[in-house]
Amino acid sequence: MKVRFSNINHHFGSTRVLDRIDLDVKEGEFVCILGPSGCGKSTLLNIVGGFVKPSEGEVRIDDEPVTGPDPRRIFVFQERGVFPWLDVEQNISFGLFKLPEGEQRRRIDHYVQMVGLKGFEHAYPRELSGGMKQRLEVARALAVNPDVLYLDEPFGALDSITRLQMRRELLRIWEAERKTILFVTHDIEESVQLADRVVVMSQRPARIQKIVPIDIPHPRDLSDPRYIALRDSIFGEIGLAHQV
Amino acid sequence: MKSVERYLLPVLTAMVLIALWHLAVIATGTNIFPSPAAVAKGIFHLAEKSLLWSYIGDSIMRVVFGYGAAVILGIPLGILLGWYPALGRLVNPVIQMLRPISPLAWMPLAVIWFGVSNVAPIFLIFLASLFPLLVAAMDGVRNVPPMFLQAGRNFGLSVPQLMRRVVFPAILPRLLVGLRIAFGIAWLVLVAAEMIAVDSGLGYLIIDSRNAGKRYDLVVGGMLLIGIIGLAFDTMFRRAERLARAE
Ligand SMILES: Nc1ncnc2c1ncn2[C@@H]1O[C@H](COP(=O)(O)OP(=O)(O)OP(=O)(O)O)[C@@H](O)[C@H]1O
Ligand SMILES: [Mg+2]
Repeated sequence: MKVRFSNINHHFGSTRVLDRIDLDVKEGEFVCILGPSGCGKSTLLNIVGGFVKPSEGEVRIDDEPVTGPDPRRIFVFQERGVFPWLDVEQNISFGLFKLPEGEQRRRIDHYVQMVGLKGFEHAYPRELSGGMKQRLEVARALAVNPDVLYLDEPFGALDSITRLQMRRELLRIWEAERKTILFVTHDIEESVQLADRVVVMSQRPARIQKIVPIDIPHPRDLSDPRYIALRDSIFGEIGLAHQV
Repeated sequence: MKSVERYLLPVLTAMVLIALWHLAVIATGTNIFPSPAAVAKGIFHLAEKSLLWSYIGDSIMRVVFGYGAAVILGIPLGILLGWYPALGRLVNPVIQMLRPISPLAWMPLAVIWFGVSNVAPIFLIFLASLFPLLVAAMDGVRNVPPMFLQAGRNFGLSVPQLMRRVVFPAILPRLLVGLRIAFGIAWLVLVAAEMIAVDSGLGYLIIDSRNAGKRYDLVVGGMLLIGIIGLAFDTMFRRAERLARAE
């Protein structure tokens, strides 16, 4: 699944949000979109997800224009996207209604296991922690076997320890299933830990300011000088001295 | 301990109140307000003649029809108005204007339209429960978190599937509260409607007992029955709410 943004412009009323976005994402690539708050990251993700039509330009996926949401490409919200009236199993099987019973069962079991929710199959979201709900939402997305995942600050609401664990889990899943991933964040460290490439956006109206390839193999050592150099170059790019 | 608190305490309170009532009747020497024993006797007497059961049956039947019609019409209509905001904006002023009019204000019109028949109170109950249900469904749909809808569409649901699998469960808790509130109002309106528009039912029992022979034992008995049956329904609704939340 190759994703191509061509010349995307977007405005809400008189607010210009996106300014000529051109970007190619390769099949199986993990791309982080990094930018200041309010610059238009979510808007960009909503456009590629098919929920918002861009004012100008188009997104093509494997040469097919995006005209609306599609089960081959699943959007993951912060953990608030899980359905509170369904238990863990029912949430995971939400998108499986076209599959035969046996296959549904197999996928439920597989993804309950994969995201570590064994023993909680019949728990409702309000009985789960924030991190568990987030994993549940990822499982619900993966269960329909999409080619692409869109994640909009998926770990933003989690505490820092859970967030680190979730990143590790996501990388493990990505390495196992090789989905194409577009991951929006405003956390520089997060982007350097996860991505093959970091797309740095400017202030609104957002342009692509720079694309930084992260050529460090996983698992990444956070004290590796190469990691630190890349991280600091992005800090510099955004105009922040790496000091508090 | 818990079940003792839940069941024994209310029973105890009721017993104390009945005792106080009894004492008050004796102490004041009133010959209008009946004692608890007189009320019980009057009610048992009515129950024996099976008149009581047919009154209760008539009252419940009217509520079932009026309230049932409001549920069948109001909830789908409310969902529709919430789903299509333009339609909602069009109709909302009318709803908001009609809503504050007490259903009882419709009584003269209801009697002219439907005469002294079952239809008049059923119509009033229908009106009384329609607006709370309509508004609960409409507001419910409007307040479904957008990401639930987005997720539903993302997984390829058609609009009817989205309604059934996302919108309806999302608004259900609110809807149940609306159903309970609407029922409470319907029950209030029933009694008033039965005092004017028909010649059976619990409301009629009260007004008839006074008019035909100043039977205040039956007036108070009717009031108590209305309270007890209303409470029983309310408890049922609360159970349903709790079940829906706990599922
Ligand atoms: N539906 C909308 N209608 C009008 N303006 C909108 C809408 N959605 C977003 N905006 C505006 O577009 C701009 C970009 O919003 P967006 O949500 O894409 O930012 P973001 O980069 O995701 O920010 P954050 O990091 O805080 O989530 C903001 O100024 C916002 O106010
Ligand atoms: Mg955002």
